[in-house]
Amino acid sequence: MSDLGPKIPSSEITPEPAANRRRFLKSSLLFTATAAGVGGGLIALTHAWRPRRNPSVASDGASPEIADGALRARPGPFATSEPRTPLADVAGYNNFYEFGTSKEDPSRRAGSLRTRPWTLSVGGEVRRPLELDADALTRRYPLEERVYRMRCVEAWSMVIPWIGFPLAALLRDAEPTSQARFVAFTTLYDPEQMPGQRSGFLDWPYVEGLRLDEAMHPLTILAPGLYGRVLPNQNGAPIRLVVPWKYGFKGIKSIVKIELTREQPPTTWNIAAPQEYGFYANVNPEVDHPRWSQATERRIGEAGRRPTLPFNGYAEQVAGLYSGMDLRRNF
Amino acid sequence: MAPAARRRWLKPAVFTGALVPFAAVLWNAAHGNLGANPIAEAMNELGLSALVFLLASLACTPVREIFDWPWAVGLRRMLGLFAFFYALLHFATYALLDQRLNFPAILADVTKRPFIIAGFAAFVILVPLAATSTARAVRRLGFPRWKRLQRLAYVAGVLAIIHFVLRVKADVREPAVYGIVLAVFLAARIALFLRRRATASRPTGTT
Repeated sequence: MSDLGPKIPSSEITPEPAANRRRFLKSSLLFTATAAGVGGGLIALTHAWRPRRNPSVASDGASPEIADGALRARPGPFATSEPRTPLADVAGYNNFYEFGTSKEDPSRRAGSLRTRPWTLSVGGEVRRPLELDADALTRRYPLEERVYRMRCVEAWSMVIPWIGFPLAALLRDAEPTSQARFVAFTTLYDPEQMPGQRSGFLDWPYVEGLRLDEAMHPLTILAPGLYGRVLPNQNGAPIRLVVPWKYGFKGIKSIVKIELTREQPPTTWNIAAPQEYGFYANVNPEVDHPRWSQATERRIGEAGRRPTLPFNGYAEQVAGLYSGMDLRRNF
Repeated sequence: MAPAARRRWLKPAVFTGALVPFAAVLWNAAHGNLGANPIAEAMNELGLSALVFLLASLACTPVREIFDWPWAVGLRRMLGLFAFFYALLHFATYALLDQRLNFPAILADVTKRPFIIAGFAAFVILVPLAATSTARAVRRLGFPRWKRLQRLAYVAGVLAIIHFVLRVKADVREPAVYGIVLAVFLAARIALFLRRRATASRPTGTT
């Protein structure tokens, strides 16, 4: 463009006040767009956008879909009288990496899991291998309500009224051989239903294991439900393991296979980071996770921290299982 | 490009947008909408904001050089101060709300655990950088010394990303993205530095 610029016909010269107004409007627009862009970008990057919770998850027992899934159970032993964590939190704050790694992902995305038909097989070192349909399981074994503390390895905890039955009852029906020393569990593998399995940061399917005496302990249950209803998908429907004196990741979800073995079976988090997650994973305030302390925990719904109890408060029942063992080495 | 005077809206606009994550944490906290573990959620959002601002402040110089956008550097101090602001809120949430000023526990954390050592070191580095962000501090230190000091922002960036990587349990994709972004900025700075040195030391013809 030349210094003189193109010739502008006088009819197109905007009068001064109008030009000011236009400049002001333009600046206001640019200001608003930039502020909104910066703010919106930050909200997206920090995952601060929180749509209201899905009401079908946060329901309070009165809604029809929960009435459909009602499970009857009699009160069981070992119940804690501590206040129960609200269902909205139990079903809205989950680690279930098969549906994503954020705590809200499973409640948003586990709708893709089809829990019927579902077959659980029990095999390996047993005399009577079993194949049980998920509904047959809950008819075959009397259901109990077990109100347990649940301590996550990430130093938070909940109190959950599970509905379940002792794993020992199922294992006895399968008649373990004298060779059986461990129990191995496997989650469903189906990347179609479990989109998190398409990424390779964990070895899929999720596998867990217990020593046979741990598996036979009366505290150890298989749970098809919680809060008087069938499990929400994000909590591990249709059937999951609950071992209340161990960190939550031992409680494998959506189980399709139980196998009795002679050797200690591999476990998913131990494969991913052996120096951080042991086979035993007993709750122990004395043995820190390499990256954070395990001495205290935040009970979901409480503001402060509370001390973590040895064996998550179940030492009286289970400490004997580990007498003579170095729990620092066998963490 | 329009002269700087014509961009008077830019800084106030970025400033307003930069306060949005802080406002969102306060709003969601007041409405019980930070989820089941609100303290952890607030820490995550504030910490990520600090990292985003730290990287944004480090982007200013390469952006000015590469795209010839002189106004980008005009935002640098504000972006850096927001990084410090969010890092301070992140640390305060940890110390006050999460640990309830349990000093023995905090001391054990910041001395024993690499995860927290990295994050705390990044925060400590940001303190002198924020304190010397005024024109007076530049004059007092002299520009070359001030510039060398401010380059510690890259060290803080690397430490913040280590902190982030160590926080996640298995899926490092998100911190990896931030790590790559920082590496690109650092590479751009080094490339620009090498090019400038090559131009400066080119023989002028009389050897």
